[in-house]
Amino acid sequence: MAESLAIIDGGGANIASLTFALQRLGIKAELTTDKSVIGNADRVILPGVGAAADAMQRLKNADLVQFIKELQQPVLGICLGMQLMFDASEEEDADCLGIISGTASKFAPAKDRPVPHMGWNKVKQQNDSPLFENIDDDAYFYFVHSFALPVCDATVGMTDYGKSFTAAAEQNNFVAAQFHPERSGAAGAQLLRNFISNY
Amino acid sequence: MQFRNHEVVGDILALAERYRDEGADELVFYDITASPDGRTVDRQWINRVAEILDIPFSVAGGIKTLKDAEEVLNYGADKISINSPALANPDLINELVKRFGSQCVVIGIDSRDEDNSYRVYQYTGDPEKTKHSGRITANWVKEVQERGAGEIVLNCMNQDGVRNGYDLKQLSEIRSVCDVPLIASGGAGEMQHFADVFTEADADGGLAASVFHKAIIDIGDLKRFLSTQNVEIRI
Repeated sequence: MAESLAIIDGGGANIASLTFALQRLGIKAELTTDKSVIGNADRVILPGVGAAADAMQRLKNADLVQFIKELQQPVLGICLGMQLMFDASEEEDADCLGIISGTASKFAPAKDRPVPHMGWNKVKQQNDSPLFENIDDDAYFYFVHSFALPVCDATVGMTDYGKSFTAAAEQNNFVAAQFHPERSGAAGAQLLRNFISNY
Repeated sequence: MQFRNHEVVGDILALAERYRDEGADELVFYDITASPDGRTVDRQWINRVAEILDIPFSVAGGIKTLKDAEEVLNYGADKISINSPALANPDLINELVKRFGSQCVVIGIDSRDEDNSYRVYQYTGDPEKTKHSGRITANWVKEVQERGAGEIVLNCMNQDGVRNGYDLKQLSEIRSVCDVPLIASGGAGEMQHFADVFTEADADGGLAASVFHKAIIDIGDLKRFLSTQNVEIRI
């Protein structure tokens, strides 16, 4: 039977590049807020661009907050979607889903480190996660973000941008990437493939 | 003068695939005739580009309103790059940033040396309509950053299309007032020019067209070369 994959429609997020990336891997994903579709999917992706508070409000409006926390199948959070999996974000003091403990805080801008952190950066792998199977340590991934999670127990990939932050995390059935695998060339495609194959 | 007689370089999808496979870090698609003609780009192609690219790309040309920008981003572009419309209506920058975030708002600036300072030109896609905008480049660079622009592409017109190297003097001067990523454009002719712009002008990216279109430089070869020149780069 074909893999079913649901992308949670947080509204406002541009997911064309994500659906195309999955399509290149032969996976058709459904963009939805429908609980029965999400609940029955083999895997779920929580994407997101924009502000944490707005994104949480949209999830609340769709009555998805508790529902997402209780999902049992593998769930991949990407970029803001990863930050939403943690306790909170200092971006407008937003309470997030609280699945993984930690609070996202804003990068301090510096002369040679503009904010948002935007571009290709290396990810140092931690704790031997299947998310990085067949991906070189210190491979480059593409980032676009102003807020970041500190390194914590759930960290499986970390990146330096003035400070070390969590580039990828994993806790039980929840995995997450701060970077955009759909925009990270071959390494990103492999990571998406790993999410499909290894979880 | 170097901007006259733009060449049609072939099918954009085939080019996009080639650059993706050679290892480009990002692609920019320009419709440089869009602003002078008062028309906008036909945007269906963006969706087809998004379908095949697994690296970020931006679209420049004829983006004059929030609606234009939204259409481009919904088709799958990662960033929008605006040039002449930002000069005509600087508030557009703030509106785009507020709506879509700094990360996807790129400002393109065409600049050249005149009367001992660098000045901004507009409508450079059409030699008949190209005109001095009345702005000093350094001041405009500061203003667009204050308005929230997330990235600046500085096209040094004196160098453009001549392949004698990037305008390191101008880029260094603008670098000193630019705290967001600065992408150098105009003048790349050989691999050493890229090394120079990263090590001497401290640019965050090097943009080039003709040397790649005409296969004078292979992007994979270029990146391997740069990595031997102490430039940190994704291979």
